[in-house]
Amino acid sequence: MKIIGLIVAILVGALLVYAAADFPAWSDPASPASTYLSPHFIEKTMEETSVPNIVTAVLADYRGFDTMFETTVIFSAGMAVFLLLRTFRREEPEARHYRHVLTGVTLRVKEGGELPPSDDFERIDSLWTPHDLIIKTVCRLLIPFIQLFALYVIAHGHHSPGGGFQGGVILGASIILLAISQDLRTAVKRMAEKLDALLCSVGVLIYAGTGALCLLLGLNFLDYSALASVLHVDSIMARSHGILIVEIGVGIAVMCTMIWIYNNVSSGGKYNQGL
Amino acid sequence: MVWPIDLAILTLVVITSIGALMVKDLLGAAILFGAYSFMMCLLWTVMGAVDVAFTEASVGAGVSTVFFVAAVFRTSRRTKD
Repeated sequence: MKIIGLIVAILVGALLVYAAADFPAWSDPASPASTYLSPHFIEKTMEETSVPNIVTAVLADYRGFDTMFETTVIFSAGMAVFLLLRTFRREEPEARHYRHVLTGVTLRVKEGGELPPSDDFERIDSLWTPHDLIIKTVCRLLIPFIQLFALYVIAHGHHSPGGGFQGGVILGASIILLAISQDLRTAVKRMAEKLDALLCSVGVLIYAGTGALCLLLGLNFLDYSALASVLHVDSIMARSHGILIVEIGVGIAVMCTMIWIYNNVSSGGKYNQGL
Repeated sequence: MVWPIDLAILTLVVITSIGALMVKDLLGAAILFGAYSFMMCLLWTVMGAVDVAFTEASVGAGVSTVFFVAAVFRTSRRTKD
């Protein structure tokens, strides 16, 4: 079976290499891709949308419908992980582990058991390793800057590489970093499960809602120039602002989906302890 | 494109992708996959597709590696074949 798989893989690979020889040369100005639509985007994007980064304009404006369903795919992925993994019923009674901070003594408390009355206990994971001071401190110092950079990436997507997707992933990664460097419960305390799931769909709703608003104002779905009367700007700036609104929606949806997937995968759907 | 950089990156892409398939340790495969994603990111930067490279760096090399590590943590670390 393995040999057949290897043969098939080599054959398909050889076919791919053979087909790749027919590609136009890299950055060939006479290639079909560079002569059909690209010149229009390169010449007209700035005057039609006033967005200097053509990639952002194409993604969120000219092909906004495509990007909307890309966001929906991300949302569905988070939903699928949630539906497959999340368990609300516990099979065996759960034992919690507590550590006395001053002495380092670890207690295992069974379901229904009680801790000795003291404030010096902290809850720990069952596979607990001593906290590394350097990792904890560095992560705590870095997370605000990571989040600030993510906001910059979302807001500055008009002018530089970046946008909702990348910024959202970086925002989500900052919370995931918190969950890894401290523990899952700390991260869930900051970003509760219900809020996370709610924001996930709110992000997609912002995108689709902007499109629907354009429809209500009398133009095509996702034609942001309709927003001119709402935003009190001319129709070109309205397209630029429309892209920003949509990017924020994408950012929220992607951030929350990343956190949602991580929480469900790392805790096996139980949300009690993570990596 | 500068061909020595291109050659070095492409070689590393091939090495890391074959390594990720061959390695028995799933955690190692996840890390190798992250390295592969990062090499792809560099390749796209060399070709001038900076937006795609940015997405690959954040999604491919960053978050998906964490997802793989989390998934390996919840299953067994060694493969059977």
